[in-house]
Amino acid sequence: MVIEPRSGWSALNLIELWRYRDLLVTLAIRDVKLRYKQTALGVIWVILQPLLAAGIFTFVFGTVAKMPSEGLPYFVFSYAGLLAWNAFNSTLTKASASVVGNAQLVSKVFFPRLILPLSTVLSTLIDFVVALALMVILMVVYGITPGWGVLLLPLSLVLLIALALGIGVYTSALTVRYRDLQYVLPVLLQMLLYASPVAYSVSAVPDRLRPLYFLNPISGLLEAFRWSLLGRGQLDWTYVVYSATWVVVVSFGGAFAFKKMEQKFADLI
Amino acid sequence: MSQSETAISIRGLSKAYTIDPGALRRPTFRDVVGNRVKHPFARTPTETFWALKDVSLDISKGEVVGIIGRNGAGKSTLLKILSRITEPTCGRIELFGRVGSLLEVGTGFHPELTGRENIFLNGAILGMMRAEIRKQFDAIVDFAEIEQFLDTPVKRYSSGMYVRLAFAVAAHLEPEILVVDEVLAVGDAEFQKKCLGKMGDVAKRGRTVLFVSHNMTAVSALCDRACLFAKGKLSQSGPTQAIVHQYLSRVSGAQDPAPMWTHRNRGRLINVDSVRLLVSGRPSPLIRAGESCSLRVGYRLLAPEAIGSPLSISLMLYGDGQKLANLWTNCLGQRFPCLPSGTLTCNIAKWPFRNQQIRVDVYTHVGAEAQDWIEESLVFDSHDGDFYRTGVITNPDQGLMFLDHNWSSDAV
Repeated sequence: MVIEPRSGWSALNLIELWRYRDLLVTLAIRDVKLRYKQTALGVIWVILQPLLAAGIFTFVFGTVAKMPSEGLPYFVFSYAGLLAWNAFNSTLTKASASVVGNAQLVSKVFFPRLILPLSTVLSTLIDFVVALALMVILMVVYGITPGWGVLLLPLSLVLLIALALGIGVYTSALTVRYRDLQYVLPVLLQMLLYASPVAYSVSAVPDRLRPLYFLNPISGLLEAFRWSLLGRGQLDWTYVVYSATWVVVVSFGGAFAFKKMEQKFADLI
Repeated sequence: MSQSETAISIRGLSKAYTIDPGALRRPTFRDVVGNRVKHPFARTPTETFWALKDVSLDISKGEVVGIIGRNGAGKSTLLKILSRITEPTCGRIELFGRVGSLLEVGTGFHPELTGRENIFLNGAILGMMRAEIRKQFDAIVDFAEIEQFLDTPVKRYSSGMYVRLAFAVAAHLEPEILVVDEVLAVGDAEFQKKCLGKMGDVAKRGRTVLFVSHNMTAVSALCDRACLFAKGKLSQSGPTQAIVHQYLSRVSGAQDPAPMWTHRNRGRLINVDSVRLLVSGRPSPLIRAGESCSLRVGYRLLAPEAIGSPLSISLMLYGDGQKLANLWTNCLGQRFPCLPSGTLTCNIAKWPFRNQQIRVDVYTHVGAEAQDWIEESLVFDSHDGDFYRTGVITNPDQGLMFLDHNWSSDAV
């Protein structure tokens, strides 16, 4: 084993990542345990937050603005959007904070730092499953059946989470150097929320603006997600492929940028 | 030295940190973006600080090497680089074996998790596989002595239990090369003895150990060899005793003539200026058993009316925290009058104490009135020496002092 100064770009070293898989699992379980060991309200919040947000969207966009919801009750429509959005949002937010949040480990122990943002995914997935359970109840109550499209649900979920993770890996590295980024990020995400078809349907966007609207890779994925889950609207494969390309670019770009900045973590943290 | 015998080979290792001398605080994203907009072509002025400069060192398999030096000499930086936590700026290191690092006790411990959960967490963080931890689990719990508290959250543990558990996990790492940074600074004397014992075991089993410490007694006891670092450079390397002696004489030479005594009660009549250990008439930072020495207390009178009043001094000696002896002028019935400025010297013909760190507290009285007292007025190291003038002494762990005695034989 040789230790030498590295300069510039370095390989992702997936073998080393695999060797530390036990640590990845242990950290992921630790995050989940800690989260659910907290007060009962902390656990209920996983269900309460999307319900509340969906309620507000229903009132503002459905009742007041009277926007279209593809023939579905507005509440169910926006809850489905929130389900997907929260998976994206929470992955990105948790991943971004993961390196700085584990500063003690970074400064005292060696392991491939890429493990830190990766380990946050389990917690998000479990939250998603819990909120999904509620979604299923809602669908039963409102009598909505998904159709065969539901088999594609895992695909859009995976792409959404992969996109969030790709960006999150990059921002987690940036946050080590620029701490104020953790305050900038929520603001940017809030803007992204309103630029994506979470609270409202794409059909509300004027036709001529629609191609511009779909430049946002999340739009395509959200539409695909809602289509698989609720069986309404259309699935446009071009947009899905477009988003998937984004996912690949962002994932590799994020990972390589992370590895490059990783060298300085212990010195900056 | 053949390749197969080397454990660590370091060549020309340097580590620099660049700092922006003008910056008041660490730059934020806003700062960087703002600066780029305002001065698109400006370059930030930087200063380079070399934490390590051109260090070359070879360590063989099975050696126990002590790394000593003042704070800021680069010892921890060296360990961080060996542990791959930070990268070198130049140079090259070759490692022949798995490295286990213990740079801090209890890394990753979370107070909300139970002892059991923290063992697995900490073990995984230190690089052990789950199966390995399970295999060593009982040994770890045994070493830490926390069997009944395994399932309570660690936030309920006493600090002693916490530190024992943390060390227990780390102690059961089985790396070929063990790198330890000052972990003995934590915990009580009992714990430190246990740690030293365990590290001694590891060393005996033929593993290579790199040990950074300020505890010269520990370094002398464990290490075959010591390396002295100063200002980022490796200044000396050689047999432990010699290097430790070098270090200690350097340190005491650099000491202030008026040291910073923090725990003290000033008296109104006299003021203690200095407390020194003299060996063969010269100030020394250490003493060997069997040598004759003096403890000299320098003082100054603050009130001229006290000239001639009886001065009594008591020197309380501690060895590794334990009370050893109280040397009191009254015990010998000797009376000394206060001088305007003078010294009172306690002469010891044959220093009896063995390997330990000696601390001296000074109490002074003028007449019956308590005056200046200083806690930890002087700290020095006591080492084994040829007490009996025969060249034969018992092993270092056979007690804390020598007693003058002789043997006689009779038939019954």
